Amino acid sequence: MALKIVKGSIDRMFDKNLQDLVRGIRNHKDDEAKYISTCIDEIKQELKQDNIAVKANAVCKLTYLQMLGYDVSWAAFNIVEVMSSSKFTYKRIGYLAASQCFHESTDVIMLTTNQIRKDLSSPNQYDTGVALTGLSCFVTPDLARDLANDIMTLMSHTKPYIRKKAVLIMYKVFLKYPESLRPAFPRLKEKLEDPDPGVQSAAVNVICELARRNPKNYLSLAPLFFKLMTSSTNNWVLIKIIKLFGALTPLEPRLGKKLIEPLTNLIHSTSAMSLLYECVNTVIAVLISLSSGMPNHSASIQLCVQKLRILIEDSDQNLKYLGLLAMSKILKTHPKSVQSHKDLILQCLDDKDESIRLRALDLLYGMVSKKNLMEIVKKLMLHVDKAEGTTYRDELLTKIIDICSQSNYQYITNFEWYISILVELTRLEGTRHGHLIASQMLDVAIRVKAIRVFAVAQMATLLDNAHLLTGNMQRNGICEVLYAAAWICGEFSEHLENPMQTLEAMLRPKVATLPGHIQAVYVQNAAKLFATVLKSQEGNTDGTVTQDTSQLMIERLPVFVQSANLEVQERASCILQLVKYIQKLQQKDVEVAEEVSALFAGELNPVAPKAQKKVPVPEGLDLDTWINEPPSESESEDEQPKAIFTKEEPKHSRARHTEVDEKELARRREARKQEQANNPFYIKSSPSSQKVYQETPGVDHIPVIQIDLTVPLKVPGLPMSDQYVKLEEERRQKERAEKKKKDKKKRKEKRSGRGKKHDSGPESEEDITPAHMVDIVTEEMPENALPSDDDEKDPNDPHKALDIDLDKPLADSEKIPVRSHRAAEAAKSPVEDRDADGIATQLPKKKHGKEKREEKKKKDKDRERKKSKDEKKKKKHKSEEKDGDLLGAEVDEPVVQSEEPSQASEPPTSNSAEVSDLDFWLSNAPVPSNIQEVPKVAAAEAASAAEVISGGAQDSEPDEPKDAEMEATKPSKHKKKKQKKEKEDKEKKKKKHHHYHHHSDGVGEESVQNGTVEEEEEPLPSMSNYCLLAENSYIKMMMEDADQVYDIQGNLQDGSQVVVSVIFENKCDSFLKSMEFNVLDSLNSKLQRPEGSGPHDSLAVPFQLPPGVSNEARYVFTVQSIVMPQKLKGTLTFIVKTEESSTHEKLDFKLHFTCTSYLITTPCYSDAFAKLLESADLKSSSVRLEGVNMPFHHLLARICFHHHFSVVERIDSCASMYSRSIQGHHVCLLVKTSGQTVSIDAKCDEPMLLGNVLDEIKQTFSQC
Amino acid sequence: MIKAILIFNNHGKPRLIRFYQYFTEEMQQQIIRETFHLVSKRDDNVCNFLEGGSLIGGSDYKLIYRHYATLYFVFCVDSSESELGSLGLIQVFVETLDKCFENVCELDLIFHMDKVHYILQEVVMGGMVLETNMNEIVAQVEVQNRMEKSEGGLSAAPARAVSAVKNMNLPEIPRNINIGDINIKVPSLSPF
Repeated sequence: MALKIVKGSIDRMFDKNLQDLVRGIRNHKDDEAKYISTCIDEIKQELKQDNIAVKANAVCKLTYLQMLGYDVSWAAFNIVEVMSSSKFTYKRIGYLAASQCFHESTDVIMLTTNQIRKDLSSPNQYDTGVALTGLSCFVTPDLARDLANDIMTLMSHTKPYIRKKAVLIMYKVFLKYPESLRPAFPRLKEKLEDPDPGVQSAAVNVICELARRNPKNYLSLAPLFFKLMTSSTNNWVLIKIIKLFGALTPLEPRLGKKLIEPLTNLIHSTSAMSLLYECVNTVIAVLISLSSGMPNHSASIQLCVQKLRILIEDSDQNLKYLGLLAMSKILKTHPKSVQSHKDLILQCLDDKDESIRLRALDLLYGMVSKKNLMEIVKKLMLHVDKAEGTTYRDELLTKIIDICSQSNYQYITNFEWYISILVELTRLEGTRHGHLIASQMLDVAIRVKAIRVFAVAQMATLLDNAHLLTGNMQRNGICEVLYAAAWICGEFSEHLENPMQTLEAMLRPKVATLPGHIQAVYVQNAAKLFATVLKSQEGNTDGTVTQDTSQLMIERLPVFVQSANLEVQERASCILQLVKYIQKLQQKDVEVAEEVSALFAGELNPVAPKAQKKVPVPEGLDLDTWINEPPSESESEDEQPKAIFTKEEPKHSRARHTEVDEKELARRREARKQEQANNPFYIKSSPSSQKVYQETPGVDHIPVIQIDLTVPLKVPGLPMSDQYVKLEEERRQKERAEKKKKDKKKRKEKRSGRGKKHDSGPESEEDITPAHMVDIVTEEMPENALPSDDDEKDPNDPHKALDIDLDKPLADSEKIPVRSHRAAEAAKSPVEDRDADGIATQLPKKKHGKEKREEKKKKDKDRERKKSKDEKKKKKHKSEEKDGDLLGAEVDEPVVQSEEPSQASEPPTSNSAEVSDLDFWLSNAPVPSNIQEVPKVAAAEAASAAEVISGGAQDSEPDEPKDAEMEATKPSKHKKKKQKKEKEDKEKKKKKHHHYHHHSDGVGEESVQNGTVEEEEEPLPSMSNYCLLAENSYIKMMMEDADQVYDIQGNLQDGSQVVVSVIFENKCDSFLKSMEFNVLDSLNSKLQRPEGSGPHDSLAVPFQLPPGVSNEARYVFTVQSIVMPQKLKGTLTFIVKTEESSTHEKLDFKLHFTCTSYLITTPCYSDAFAKLLESADLKSSSVRLEGVNMPFHHLLARICFHHHFSVVERIDSCASMYSRSIQGHHVCLLVKTSGQTVSIDAKCDEPMLLGNVLDEIKQTFSQC
Repeated sequence: MIKAILIFNNHGKPRLIRFYQYFTEEMQQQIIRETFHLVSKRDDNVCNFLEGGSLIGGSDYKLIYRHYATLYFVFCVDSSESELGSLGLIQVFVETLDKCFENVCELDLIFHMDKVHYILQEVVMGGMVLETNMNEIVAQVEVQNRMEKSEGGLSAAPARAVSAVKNMNLPEIPRNINIGDINIKVPSLSPF
């Protein structure tokens, strides 16, 4: 007892822990809620204490209670307190609680920013890990923005444990803060090649997630992923990548071709079912994307189907399920291959597992044919009878209807059968899909004219037996069917055998218990039937039948007049008055049948569901203008009953009012559409729906007919669809027999000629003729309907914001904001990088060392430089925006030329290089060895590549670029690239070498063969070779001697060509067309014209220019002598087309061919260069430039870029450069700088050329 | 992406819930009920995939579950996750639990929900698979447990003494709850 007291008091001090809480709850099964509420009170007490251990304990218990469904958000602040504890144990508890119950609208979340930042940079990796894990669950846009930079830094943490978490969480950050995607992406991409498999897997995971939503932005990563796929052994990674490829292939069929082989290999080799399955899935995706053009296409399909069959036959239900799932994908494009496994799929319908049955049902949809439809549906009907559980039965029902109605009832040969199926389906108890059956009945009856007689008979029976349907009317949807039945009987009442009886059935008092909209249809169609009865009795002198009918109407209709449903009431009272009037006329023996039936004359046609939407807006009709003056403010207040509430802030309420209006309008529009869709009476403007309303003169000749009541009323029983199956069989048998007979006859005649001919075999689809002459009326569309596509994307999809072009270079404005007082730490990231790479040097230390060594020997210095360059290369992705300009320009100039016409005036970027790499990679034949070598996007691999290729670098390949060049003036850049790439991949390799050359370590030992990306402290200014050619108020022409095409034959007479790229930019706001480009040839330089055209003919520019658009065209010139600069006069003529008129304009220009433009960037190695200088036949010349105020590497870059030189060697402030003319002249430069003076010593075997080149160089630098 | 991970027993009592998307507590409980309802009526020898959790997800989502002795482990995943892969992941998770708790049983999950969470955090993070190598997961969990121990744990020495006093001779607190053999049997692993 004493102990208990002690315990009680201690309890208050030291409280229950989680285990005690759980135990307590388990001991209070009867009054759990009460117990927990006392516990919560205790917890509240605990949270008030100062002891963090007590608080942590309390928070831990709260986490448990949260799982049981208790809202613990009131403790959010305490959770933050526990999170900020310095002890790992408590911190972990705090973060766990936060991850379970924080969300975007938790307001204390903004208090956590600094704490999380502190934890992220904690020296203890587990503190960081816990913070990352927690953050991944409750990251908000604010947190993402504030912490993006810190997390990005963690992506290069030394510990793989942190790296992988940081990589994963980036996805969440992207989702919340899409602006971070572009700056973070290069590093993310880098992580794909992380040495740690976990980090790699995380990066794959994130990129796959991103790419799944916006695949087109990630196409350029395909080569990298391909490499991973062929090298990785981690099944998780493989599955992700293969799934990703599945998403990419629809965008790039060439990728699919490349994938087929390795995937097929994987399918054959892997033992992991999960991997096999994903491979099959992706192969299917590939095959879907390749509509044609694969030679072993069918073999792959066959392989897939065969593997899937094995899966489906497996005893493991999971595999069976997945097999069926994948089959349904094949089904869409290759139904034939799946159809051969019909047996298997039908078997799956009997499976005890509902998931599997549903999958099998999905497959059936695509497997039906005219031949087997009846059989399959019969089987399904059996399942319907057997099925327990309404969901599965409803699913079956919808599937039956889907299958039968697919592609405009394509597979139905016997509509009587289909109607009977529908009628049978009405006998299902408790189905929710009455409206579906009803709409099918309506659709078939309206569109298949031949079936109307039968349909009407069936519907009459249904109406007669309506009590069967409504008898157990437990608010089920099946009575919807009566809606259809009543309408069909009314509308097509001329086919009714006994309209009187049906009329009677429709006016039974019990009808009043049906839903309102059905009653309305009943009433309306009763009137139609009435008209029919009158009509049929026309001419009959005995008026008893008509009078009986009228009497019936008058007796029964009042029930409906009293209906609570407005529509029923309105219709009933109208009709009642009408009938009363008719009765009066009848009593006067007036002929009324004609007039009454005129009420319902005219045919109703089906209208396409989208028809309304597609009605074009008539010209001159502005739907947005007010028809009446918009209601004034005071009026709207008067109208609004709730004006009391809105008076205080009239303006605000006004705004809201209009907004509501819009919403309301949209809602009403929607509702109206719905209504129209369901309403068979709704007629849209269709030519055939004019009502024939004939004014009959006089009412005197109403026929009075006597009904013969002795004829027994024939009540057909409910139809049995099975009998149709039998009938159909017989019919087909008969047909086949007849055909055989015919065949035999034919064969007899032909026998002499052919010999053996196999029996006609199984009948093909086309052989089955429909039982009725079926005329399926197509749905009507308004005249000149507008084509419109209706797929609308969900604007709320968070992934939409991530649709970002990742290849564009980063702009300064896009960088992730770094908090200013943390700038120093942010700058640390490269250092950490280096740490990660194992080079543990500190930045300041290193600089110091550099200075010291400056006095040392050259070798040492070079080594140092090389080392720093190594690092740079590793960081290359990050510094892309720095050297991107120059680098991109160089890659681009020889390889793809500026292709983005709109961007052409800017320096080309690395983007195009990457894209072209992809293209190149894709256009390559799928040879694995090639793949390993070619897709080198990363320059890190460039050095080795340069070595490999350098052997063949000096002698470039001949090629025939003329056609390509001529065609290259087309607007579509992809087409161009494809052509070019296929033709010139060899040349490209060579050209690539240029690129590599500038970045390679240099094979030479003592010096660095690199002039461009040496020191990156100062970014190079952007450069462009485009210069203004001519301009007027309409058009601007920019010219660049874009590409020198080097002819190996070196025939001095006619072999040398220069390609000129001209950008045409439309400056006015009219359309420019029929542009023609002409140049007055000189003796030396000639414009190449297509064969057959004269020397003065102009070339048509192969595009037109809408306002503000620019595009590029290229022209090839043949040059004979290249030692002198040239000027050519030319004219551009074009038509300016404005709305009223078009004028003919012309623009004169002068093409200036500098000697530089005859030079072609050619790499040269130092030893070859030395040999060249030794050879005596070079003439030398020199030039001095004064006042050049730019860093040396900028100077070199300028010469390289503008004058097509390449750096051979660079030693301090001295560099040797080399270039070659298109006719094979060597040009060598030695550039030295001291202060602001630059001296250039040059050697060339053609002094004239050299002189001109030097002049041009001088001019370049005098301009800047 | 994984949208949610639920563990509940044969009676639908939640043992661990982990949503990677925000739902109110009320909604969470509804989802658990619905999921339990869907999963519990299925035989043990039918497939482990289930469509049509109406509350969570939609057409893109699947429930992938495994039933071990008294517990259901349910993952709700979207189409970017491989079905068999997720199934393998559940297996990895359960085996890891088995290693960390040495013959895990439902009671372990009941009384150590926090620990189960910590283990799960090393497997799945923010709805994405973090690690699938069991040894790596176990190693990381153990390091963290050791850290906790070195800090004295949550119930530091005095508290532990108190709870010893609390439990002494108090008949209403059963010391050992014996619910028979509820060890989770870990079936032999299918090759993944």
